[in-house]
Amino acid sequence: MWQYIVRRICIGVVVLMGVSMIIYGLIRTAPGDYVSTLTSSNPEVTQEMVDRLNELYGLNDSIPEGYAKWAAGVFRGDLGDSFIEQKPVAEVLSSKMWISFWMAFPAYILQILIAIPLGILSATKQYSKIDYAVTTIALMGMSLPSFFFAAILQRIFAQGLGWFPLSGMKTARMDYEGFALMLDMAKHLVLPVMVLTVLGIGGLMRYCRTNMLEVLNEDYIRTARAKGLSESKVVYKHAFRNTLIPIVTILGGMIPGLFSGSMITEGIFGIDGIGNTALTALRGGDIPYIMGSTLFMAALTLVGTLVSDVLYGVVDPRVRLK
Amino acid sequence: MAKDINLEKVVTPGQLVRKRFLRNKLAIVGVFILLGMFLFSFVGPVFSPYGEYTMFYFTAEGEEFSSEDTKGYDPAGSGVTIANKQFPSRTHLLGTDKDGRDIFTRLMYGGRISLTIGFVVVFFQITLGVTLGGIAGYFGGKVDNLIMRLVDVIYCLPTLPIMLIISSLLIAYSIPQTQKIYWLTLVMGLMGWASVARLVRGQILSLREQEFMVATEATGIHPIKRIVKHLVPNVMPQLIVVATMGMGSVILTEAAYSYLGIGVPFPFASWGNMVNVVSDTIILREYIFMWLPPGLCILVTVLGFNFVGDGLRDAFDPKMKR
Repeated sequence: MWQYIVRRICIGVVVLMGVSMIIYGLIRTAPGDYVSTLTSSNPEVTQEMVDRLNELYGLNDSIPEGYAKWAAGVFRGDLGDSFIEQKPVAEVLSSKMWISFWMAFPAYILQILIAIPLGILSATKQYSKIDYAVTTIALMGMSLPSFFFAAILQRIFAQGLGWFPLSGMKTARMDYEGFALMLDMAKHLVLPVMVLTVLGIGGLMRYCRTNMLEVLNEDYIRTARAKGLSESKVVYKHAFRNTLIPIVTILGGMIPGLFSGSMITEGIFGIDGIGNTALTALRGGDIPYIMGSTLFMAALTLVGTLVSDVLYGVVDPRVRLK
Repeated sequence: MAKDINLEKVVTPGQLVRKRFLRNKLAIVGVFILLGMFLFSFVGPVFSPYGEYTMFYFTAEGEEFSSEDTKGYDPAGSGVTIANKQFPSRTHLLGTDKDGRDIFTRLMYGGRISLTIGFVVVFFQITLGVTLGGIAGYFGGKVDNLIMRLVDVIYCLPTLPIMLIISSLLIAYSIPQTQKIYWLTLVMGLMGWASVARLVRGQILSLREQEFMVATEATGIHPIKRIVKHLVPNVMPQLIVVATMGMGSVILTEAAYSYLGIGVPFPFASWGNMVNVVSDTIILREYIFMWLPPGLCILVTVLGFNFVGDGLRDAFDPKMKR
C-alpha cells in the first residue's frame, strides 16, 4: 500500500511539472505582462523604471530560464510573491483556500444528504414515476449553466424578495463582530452554496443509482430475498451497504477539490476565494499567483484521484493496490 | 433442430438496444427536444425576417427602421435613436437587446453556433481520444506509459485559466474576431480528449485478453485492421454515450467561456454571450426577456443531450432488464 502511494506521488510530481511547464510557457508568450499593464496608464513611468520592475519580477529571463528559477523555488517550498497582493503566493493561497472551502463544504454536505437517498430511492423503484422525476431533476441540475442559475437565484432571492444579498462576503457598512459577523457571512453564502449544491447533485445521484442498480442485480440479493427477508432489510442492510463502497470512494475523492474554488460562481457572487483571485490574477498578468494557483488546483485534482483509489482499497478488502 | 428456429423471432442485439431505447420515455423526450432545437437553429433563420446583425432604430417621430431596411431614413441622422432594450412585441417576439438587435433571431443564430461548436469539438475529442487511447491500450509498454502521462497532464490542467491565457494571447497577436471561433474549438478539442482516451484504453486492455482477439492474432490479421475492425466496434456503445453527453458538456463549457467574454466573440450571437448581460444588475432586474430565453435554450438543449445519452447508456447495457 505505502509503496503504491509513494509511486503515485512520484508520478504526480512529474505530471505537475508538465502542467506547470505548459502554463508557464503559455503565460510568458503573451506580450501583455504585468509590468506593462501596471505602467501603461501612467505617463510618468520612465523606461528605466520599467526595466527595473521587469528585473524585479524576473520578466527579463528567457522562458526556460524563468521556468527553471520558478521550479527551483517550488522545490525549496517558495512559490514566489504575488504581484498584485504583494505577499508570498503560499500565504495568499492558504488564506483564500479556506474561504473557498467554507463555500464548498456546506454544498458538499447538502449534496450527500440529498443525492444519496434520492439515488437509492430511484434505483429501488426503477422505471416508476418517482424514478423518472428524480432522474429529470438530476439531469436538469447537470444541464444548468452555473452563471445562468446564479442569475435566476439573484433575480428571485436578492432583487425580488430581498432575502439574501446580491453578492459580496459581508455587509460593507456594518461593523459586525463575533457571532453577528458569522451570521452575516452565512447569509452571503446561501446563494452560492445553493448554486454549487444544485449543480453537483445530479452527478452524485446518478452515480448512486447506477451502483445501487448493479448491487440489486447481484446473486446475494436474490438469496436474501429468497430466504424471506423483508424488502427494507434487503435494500438497507444488504444492498445499501455494498453500494456504499463506490460512494465512499467518490465522496472521499471529492474532499481535496473543496479547496480549489470555482471561478465562475465565486466571480458572480464576489466571494474572495481561490477561483476569484485566480481570475483577477489571470486578467492582471500576475504570473507567480497564476502559477501557484494552477499548480495548487492541479495538485488537488491529483490528490483527489489518489485519495479515492486508496479509499477503494481501504473500504473494499477484495481490492489490492499494487 | 436447426430448422425449427423461427428466424423472424430472432432478435439481434441492435434491435434489442433499439427496443430498450424506445421504451425509455425520457430518452424519447430528449430526441424530440434535440430535433426541435436543430430545426429552430438551422431552419428557423430562413423564416426570420431579420438578420443576425440587423440593428433597429427609431426616427424622431417614433417610426422604426432597421439597418437592412432603412425605409429611406439615415441611421446617423439627427433625432434617430437605437431601438434597444425594447420589450417583447409583435415585431420583436422577445424584444431587442442592448444594441437594438432582435433577440428571437439572435437566439436561432446562437443555437447554430453552439450546436456546431458542440459537434466539431466532440468529433475532434473522439478522434484524438480513440487514436491515442487505442494506441496506448493496444501496444502497451513505453508508448502506453508516455501517452497515459500526457493524459494525466491534460486531465489536471485547469481549463478555465488555460482558456483565459489563450484568449489574451489571441488578443495580443491581434487574431481577427472571425477566426477566434476556430481557435476556441481547437483548444476545447485539445483539452477534452483525455477522458475519451482513458475510456478507450481501459476497454481495449480488457478486450485484448479475450479469446476472439487471440484468434485474430493467430489468423495473422494486420494490427491496424485488428484495431479498426475488431476492437473499436466493441468500444462503440460507450463512445456513443460519451459523445452524446459530451455534446451537452461542450455546449455548457462554451457558454461559460462566452459568459466570461473569452468564448464566441461579439458580434456573433451565442447563447452564452447573450446571457452575459446579467452582469449588469439593471438588466438582471428589469429586462428578464434579454437573458432568460438564451439561458433556457442552453438548459433545454443540454438536457436533451443528457436524456438521450442516459437512455442510450441504459439501452446498451446488457445487464439492464426490460
